[in-house]
Amino acid sequence: MMNIAVNPAKVPALVVEKSTGYWKNVGQRFLRDRVAVFAAVIILILFTMAFLGPLLAPYDPFLGSIMKRLKPIGFPGHMLGTDELGRDMLTRLIVGTKLSLFMGITPVVCAFVIGSVIGITAGYAGGIVNTLIMRTIDVFYAFPSVLLAIALSGVLGAGITNSLISLTIVFIPPIARVSESVTTQIRSRDFVDAARASGANAFTIVRVHVLGNVLGPIFVYATSLIAVSMILASGLSFLGLGVKPPEPEWGLMLNTLRTAIYVQPWIAALPGVMIFVTSIAFNLLSDGLRTAMEIKN
Amino acid sequence: MFSFLMRRIVYTLPIMLGVALVCFALVHLAPGDPLVSILPPDASQELQAKLMEIYGFNRPYPEQFARWVWRALHGDLGTSIASGRPVSTEVMTAVSNTLRLALFATMIGFIFGSLFGFVAGYFQNSWIDKAASLTSVLGVSVPHYWLGMVLVIIFSSTLMWLPPSGAGPGGSADWHWDWEHMKHLILPAITMSVIPMGIIARTVRALVADILAQEFIVGLRAKGMTNVGIFMHVVKNSAPTALAVMGLQLGYLLGGSILIETVFSWPGTGFLLNAAIFQRDLPLLQGTILVLAMFFVILNLIVDVIQTLLDPRIARS
Repeated sequence: MMNIAVNPAKVPALVVEKSTGYWKNVGQRFLRDRVAVFAAVIILILFTMAFLGPLLAPYDPFLGSIMKRLKPIGFPGHMLGTDELGRDMLTRLIVGTKLSLFMGITPVVCAFVIGSVIGITAGYAGGIVNTLIMRTIDVFYAFPSVLLAIALSGVLGAGITNSLISLTIVFIPPIARVSESVTTQIRSRDFVDAARASGANAFTIVRVHVLGNVLGPIFVYATSLIAVSMILASGLSFLGLGVKPPEPEWGLMLNTLRTAIYVQPWIAALPGVMIFVTSIAFNLLSDGLRTAMEIKN
Repeated sequence: MFSFLMRRIVYTLPIMLGVALVCFALVHLAPGDPLVSILPPDASQELQAKLMEIYGFNRPYPEQFARWVWRALHGDLGTSIASGRPVSTEVMTAVSNTLRLALFATMIGFIFGSLFGFVAGYFQNSWIDKAASLTSVLGVSVPHYWLGMVLVIIFSSTLMWLPPSGAGPGGSADWHWDWEHMKHLILPAITMSVIPMGIIARTVRALVADILAQEFIVGLRAKGMTNVGIFMHVVKNSAPTALAVMGLQLGYLLGGSILIETVFSWPGTGFLLNAAIFQRDLPLLQGTILVLAMFFVILNLIVDVIQTLLDPRIARS
């Protein structure tokens, strides 16, 4: 109060400096975390592979050869060997990055949007609205995520769209729950009361005061779900419930190569290495972001 | 305490009803006629109508739901369209197989997970801590179905130590705790234990770090208590949460075993679910999901109750 009365000109400058300061600090802390930076670099490489796939790959991912089926790693002309239809493994692993990442990331992005809307609504509204929404969410929480994903895709039928829908439904409840608990905490803070007292309506309060404070933690939580989503999405394809052949996708490649584990075991295991690496990278990135943004779980 | 337990149990009932509703709705979400898998394409109208009558698909949804719940409460989950056997029999055989696998896996995961977690939490930021933390990140990041394949490649197809699939002689219904059967359990159980191991290690590490930073530990040290004594205090304080996490993980494994069971052809619920999906056997699908979800809900309830009994502060908050 005193400060504002004495020197009003100083206040906006102070606020601006503080708000950029937070993100600058986060950036610095993140860059100092070697593990997190390493994870970020791997993810960048994966995205490059996803966007430039066909340009980087030495062969056509769909073109096989009956003469060159299941050749070992290091076979002349095929660095990582060939699959059960004689297609180049390196090519299919690179080109497969696009669809695999798409199948893993899209559900989390959709669930992030829908789940945070649901959770923030429940958290901000409180009372009966909160109870109704959160009890419904609890019902979906009563299903183990793998079971729900497989049951939904099983019922909807195989295919890319159906897998994306069922995985989105799986990730909405956890994101909504996190959003609700963060929003409930923010709602009871003095600055929200102050905004309400000054006559701001609910929409404005949420947009100006709540979103800025809750999106960070929800976002970090969502990044940690990408690792799970990558494993689940590939898992659906592995069961034959996701991507259909002949599209190159890591989970599906594992599925079709499973029959070859007695012939070329290490080739059959290669697509899993890609899923593993991607999943580790997203987990480490999420841990790094959490530490850098000083979020406690 | 008693009122807390009652409230907790009453609170579970609407959840159970909701779960049943979701399972029921799942089947009606399915595109196409539920009888499509058993009816020949040139089936007559009368035959179709008769089967609709037998399975009750021609009644209004609320009535179908009420009947289904009523029968399920009496242990009747309907008849499998594909095999013609009662769904409850099929599900119970499969559940016992999955339960055996999941219990074994949770035990392995809990033992190694809490060991890693304790060591990491005790020697924070040492190399042991870093190694244990890395192991737990690897544990939660690994696509377990792929790990299963890799273990089969190493221990079955290369070293030929352990069988790659199945549940041993006698198939799904004939289990004994002898080596002939046990050796079929080892690979799938190890594969499955990796996820709870990572999660339990993370939780225990955070718990131990948290407890060691509290004032009463400083007090105990000042009093001259030995490390062993302090260790016992840490164990006692971290046990309720660690056990709760273990219980929840067991629930996740029960429902999440489908991928691993597919890799190892383990005759459990995952295998059954897979068959139900690909044969479009909707009553079987519905029944399996219902039983697994109910197991999960009840397990959650039990975990909460045990946790409250171990740590009465939870009931008061």
